[in-house]
Amino acid sequence: MEMVVTSKKIRRIHPKKFALWTAMISMVMLFSAFTSAYIVQKASGDWLSFPIVNEFFLSTGVILSSSIVLHVAYKAFLDKNYKLYQILLTIGFGLGCLFVSLQYVGWLSLNQMGIFVYTNQSSSFFVLLVGIHALHVLGGISALLISWIYAMRKNTLEWSEKGQLRLELTFTYWHFVDLLWLYLLAFLWIQQ
Amino acid sequence: MADVNILEKDLEHKTNYDGHHDDHHGDKYQSSFIDRYIFSQDHKTIAKQFLITGMIWAIIGAAMSIIFRLQLGFPGADMSWLQPLLGGWIQIDPVTGVGKLDPEFYYALVTMHGTIIVFFVLTAGLSGTFSNLLIPLQCGARDMASPMLNMLSYWFFFLAGAVLFISLFLNTGPFSGGWTGYPPLSGLPQASDGSKAGATLWILSLVFFVVSVLLGGINYITTVINMRTKGMHMFRMPLTIWAFLVTAILALLSFPVLASGFFMLTFDRVLGTSFFLNEIFVAGEALTTRVGGSAILFQHLFWFLGHPEVYIIILPSMGLVSEVLSVQCRKPIFGYKAMVFSILAIGLLSFLVWAHHMYMTGMNPFIANIFVIFTLIIAVPSAVKVFNWIATIWGGNVRLNSACLFSIGFVSMFISGGLTGVHLGNAAIDIQQHDTYFVVAHFHIVMGVAAFFGMFAGIYHWFPRMYGRFMNETLGKIHFWGTLVGAYMIFGPMHYLGMAGVPRRYYSFEGFESFNQFADLNEFITIAAILTFFCQILFVINFFYSIYKGRKQTELNPWGASTIEWTAPINAGHGNWEGDIPHVHRWPYDYGRHGRDFIPQTEPLSEGEVDGGH
Repeated sequence: MEMVVTSKKIRRIHPKKFALWTAMISMVMLFSAFTSAYIVQKASGDWLSFPIVNEFFLSTGVILSSSIVLHVAYKAFLDKNYKLYQILLTIGFGLGCLFVSLQYVGWLSLNQMGIFVYTNQSSSFFVLLVGIHALHVLGGISALLISWIYAMRKNTLEWSEKGQLRLELTFTYWHFVDLLWLYLLAFLWIQQ
Repeated sequence: MADVNILEKDLEHKTNYDGHHDDHHGDKYQSSFIDRYIFSQDHKTIAKQFLITGMIWAIIGAAMSIIFRLQLGFPGADMSWLQPLLGGWIQIDPVTGVGKLDPEFYYALVTMHGTIIVFFVLTAGLSGTFSNLLIPLQCGARDMASPMLNMLSYWFFFLAGAVLFISLFLNTGPFSGGWTGYPPLSGLPQASDGSKAGATLWILSLVFFVVSVLLGGINYITTVINMRTKGMHMFRMPLTIWAFLVTAILALLSFPVLASGFFMLTFDRVLGTSFFLNEIFVAGEALTTRVGGSAILFQHLFWFLGHPEVYIIILPSMGLVSEVLSVQCRKPIFGYKAMVFSILAIGLLSFLVWAHHMYMTGMNPFIANIFVIFTLIIAVPSAVKVFNWIATIWGGNVRLNSACLFSIGFVSMFISGGLTGVHLGNAAIDIQQHDTYFVVAHFHIVMGVAAFFGMFAGIYHWFPRMYGRFMNETLGKIHFWGTLVGAYMIFGPMHYLGMAGVPRRYYSFEGFESFNQFADLNEFITIAAILTFFCQILFVINFFYSIYKGRKQTELNPWGASTIEWTAPINAGHGNWEGDIPHVHRWPYDYGRHGRDFIPQTEPLSEGEVDGGH
């Protein structure tokens, strides 16, 4: 039978958003490979346990609040409240940078405890997970930087379809790396 | 984000259906030579870039195989005549003046041959070419979802190639640990000469390659799912598009896992970690600090990509062959939906069988059994496809041109190679046959030669779509028969060698009485390989000659195909169609129905007519 779907107007996702979602699926595959390898290697013994230092919980708070701030910034942009939008975007960008710095500081304090990347499988995996995640966050920070430059320039600050799309793409990715970190932290905490 | 371009608004769906597009020729992206031919964002140009780069790599990769086949076929022969090309890799005996291939370089050649053919030719050169060419044209889109990412995909591939090419000229030689890159040869720079800078560049090259595949794959999936023209339901898509879609999904899910392995390998090489290293002795010295890891872990990560990878290679060929057979035999494809579901089934199963490459790693036999079962189940959708191809040819008005011949050749190769796969998929039989020439014969036929045949069929069939000219048919037929006979002459005897236990990857069999008795057979294989190689040169000449001097395409739809890529003008510009994108009203295989030769997809269904394929 002839299928009757042609006449209906279907609201479809923007191709670029769809592309971003497929890219995020491939990142999920990357991190599931890492964490599966982690589980396998841990089961084979010779595993050194070390605590997750406080900096990492602090950074979790920072990235969570950055997501909230950026979400409010997005709402402000839609409401055409550009002053608030500029301020919140700047704060969110700052929090993103703070997150990466805190991850590094946390690693330094592990170093002081005598935990280095080559100490044991456990520390190697720790650096792998935190490090590759931080690289993904840096990608998000670069995207935020682009949005921030657009937000600071008068002629690109105003609402436009393109501007909204850019923000939606950037913030979707940002929330994704935020969730990814929550997953990694929960994983490391359970495996501790 | 930044890749905003003038096509953007045309790519939006609301305008895509009903808007007017008066002039898409000579848009601003084609204003200069560089934008038009080098950093082009036109999917058709990118397809040609992938194809020609892939062909160059294919020649290099095949030439490498000829060099190591010379060593295997004529182990004592004087190879000093190769010194101008290979330099120090030919060791000349100062007394006798006889030149020998450096054994270390032999391994490097085998490694490079595998890497180049599997990744650069049969992944990038095959699905890169035809996904780019056909997805927008057969789905009815002006370009990919993101032409910019598409361009980057090609240039990351180019970069990957450049890095690997540079590694060929290293003093310590290119990577020599096999295309699978198992540690410790890939993880420890001191393990061998090829494990030094060669391995570093090999890993770097493949990381760039993964980026290229992911950028391409994201685009292919997005375009197929979101940007089809009006009326192009999923079950009205040609099988080519189905194959490219599933291929891209497989790539998107499996290549990140390979990347994870490469990240860990890099940690092992650079940061002194031991993900894949444990209890290793190099030159009698124990590496006491590198403990706790597992080389088997890398094999799991590698083959979790590696097995889907063989379907990433073969699925596009299956799609191309299905389309070409249907068009050239003037018959609807037999069992359209069965074909679609078997592509999906193969895609799903490909993730459940990776450990069949690892039966001999000491894995639990009960676990091996599970992988045996899933592996053998893959034979079911594969057999469905073979049956449907044969049923499509059966009783058709077969036009025996080069494209059709190569499609039929594909079916032949796929059957021959598939049957030996059933042998190797059994863990018990694999005890005898693993790492022998039986394996070499199996995978070369089923995913090497077969995939190449699909690619050739695609090139001969869509050459007019790419260049507005035809390739020479006589040369094409010589190419076909030479390659078909040649490939069976090369890989047929290898089954016998493998049954007799001759191991793969050996530099020479002269020291082994039980294997050296096959010296004549090895000589025969080498001669066949050289002859087959020259047939491919014939193809390359035909290809480039036809671009400039081939018979001109005069009618829009030379093969009488019902799909919409032939409705776009000859040598179409960026944007593909001059006016509106055609709408689709029926499935793509209406051949010989209602007493007509073919009915194009753009023709509305007549009153009471039932759409095919359901």
